[in-house]
Amino acid sequence: MNAPCSTGDWDTRRHGRLQRLERAAALGLARRVEPGRVGELLEAVIEPGDRVCLEGNNQKQADFLADTLAECSPERLHDLHMVQSVLALPSHVDLFERGIARTLDFSFSGPQAGRLARLVKDRRIEIGAIHTYLELFGRYFVDLTPKVCLIAAHAADAAGNLYTGPNTEDTPAIVEATAFKGGIVIAQVNALVASLPRVDIPADWVDFLVVAPRPHSIEPLFTRDPAQITDVQVLMAMMAIQGIYAEYGVTRLNHGIGFDTAAIELLLPTYATELGLKGKICTHWALNPHPTLIPAIESGCVESIHCFGSEVGMENYVAARSDIFFTGADGSMRSNRAFSQTAGLYACDMFIGSTLQIDLDGNSSTATLDRITGFGGAPNMGSDPHGRRHASPAWLKAGREAGGPNAVRGRKLVVQMVETFREHMTPVFVEELDAWKLRESMGLELPPIMIYGDDVTHIVTEEGIANLLRCRTPHEREQAIRGIAGFTPAGMARDRHMVEQLRNRGVIRRAEDMGIDPRQATRDLLAARSIKDLVRWSGGLYTPPARFRNW
Amino acid sequence: MEILEFRFTSQPARQGVDAKLCGVVGSGNLEILIQPGDDARACLVAVKTSARGFGQIWEAVIAEFANRHAVGGTRIAINDMGATPAVVTLRLGQALCEYIGGVP
Repeated sequence: MNAPCSTGDWDTRRHGRLQRLERAAALGLARRVEPGRVGELLEAVIEPGDRVCLEGNNQKQADFLADTLAECSPERLHDLHMVQSVLALPSHVDLFERGIARTLDFSFSGPQAGRLARLVKDRRIEIGAIHTYLELFGRYFVDLTPKVCLIAAHAADAAGNLYTGPNTEDTPAIVEATAFKGGIVIAQVNALVASLPRVDIPADWVDFLVVAPRPHSIEPLFTRDPAQITDVQVLMAMMAIQGIYAEYGVTRLNHGIGFDTAAIELLLPTYATELGLKGKICTHWALNPHPTLIPAIESGCVESIHCFGSEVGMENYVAARSDIFFTGADGSMRSNRAFSQTAGLYACDMFIGSTLQIDLDGNSSTATLDRITGFGGAPNMGSDPHGRRHASPAWLKAGREAGGPNAVRGRKLVVQMVETFREHMTPVFVEELDAWKLRESMGLELPPIMIYGDDVTHIVTEEGIANLLRCRTPHEREQAIRGIAGFTPAGMARDRHMVEQLRNRGVIRRAEDMGIDPRQATRDLLAARSIKDLVRWSGGLYTPPARFRNW
Repeated sequence: MEILEFRFTSQPARQGVDAKLCGVVGSGNLEILIQPGDDARACLVAVKTSARGFGQIWEAVIAEFANRHAVGGTRIAINDMGATPAVVTLRLGQALCEYIGGVP
């Protein structure tokens, strides 16, 4: 057989890249660009319609590059397709309001959720999809590969090697996808130094770098002040520890962000240790360096933590605890969101987190009508990956509860922990998620559900724990959820007889069923009751940002 | 300010001797005074609350409390400043434990 002779061009991306670099060179722009000329650089190397990854992470932000891109001329740059994990800064949304960008594929929008919802309503933005982090990173290597990426690092050396410091986060995934598919990598750094503590991104993957006029912004997203934890949260944490952590012997896990899980972290050295659980639960984590975990670490409850990112103020503490955290030869931590998400998805036995709404199938979502927040990491870690995996006692026990003693696979524990009412007496348990209405208003194929009900194994509220693994029919499942939905309308509509039966079978367990004395459920049980307590536990190594200091 | 009064039948509580006070009157919190009542088969509850219009939820929360625990023969006075049902249920449980000197 004669193979057809290929005559086409097979290196258009490489040629395109060289053309872009030549345009920059023609303007006299070399590898190191002065801040005042970055706008020219962007207009030279980005083309209308390009797919651009702007490093907007959960924590650190390429904010100088974002601001500069948002100030570019919409005549020169328009219809960009932004692929970025987090839409966090006002300039990220300005891009769309100014007509520079048109399409967005993202994971999480946090503080810009309200503006994003308005842009969608006014049809000034096309949303491709709301992704999980791993899904978006995956698509960087499949069909959403960036033509140009704008990233942030802590420092560069003269050769252009980058040091990301503890907040490595998304940078390796973004740069790898861009640099190895004919793309252009532009980095903003806080400083140029003679020699780097370590190289996180090698110089030959980086095309341009600029020393930004101010250090890149970074949010202390994972700091929860113990002073704000309530007695009810202490009660829920006691139930979770006794009814789930101890019950399944959960050693490998991820915690969501929030005061509910912060309370659990602060009960590990007290309540959990009194129950004899030290070393038997919560030893290995995929978790950001939560300041509220300091007392547990200092008490010897924790063996290992791999981090998605860092946390402002925790750098020195983390560096001084290199047995626990992943640190470089230089001493500082290297985080990596893609790897930590992988760990949370495949190597952990439990995810526990909070949400804004749960329906009677157990579906949950943080997307509500006027805010399109996206979900970040929860849907990855809060899901049972279902494919084959290694066995562990917690995974096997959960699998057998669901599938009987001969089950051929286990189950990951996916726990939702909520108070039945949010602020202003807004019920968390609802007959229908707002996500369904959002599906219509956003024109989505599917409602933006964060965690699917069939992945959820337990729901913890102040009313008790519903073990959904042990529900045998959809009706039982619904009543188990109503049975811990308290005095919300969904809870009040429960079948009292059936809920009592479920309780007798242990499908629903209330605090008193676990022998919990409600008098113990006070803030006194927390290992730390203030940020200052955390600083003390850390021996002064933790240096909280000013906004968390009231002394 | 709204004043609500309820009476629920309940199994007789283990006899408490003294009145017990639990919680504090602060935003989102409440104070509960529990003491011996006259009718061993009933729990009498008087609520003073700063949040108006939640009578039905109060009734449901206290009915559930009287249903789940033996609280007959008690009189309960509540001063509330907008506590959620979660806080009310927790404080009622704490007050009862204080009153009977143990877990019910």
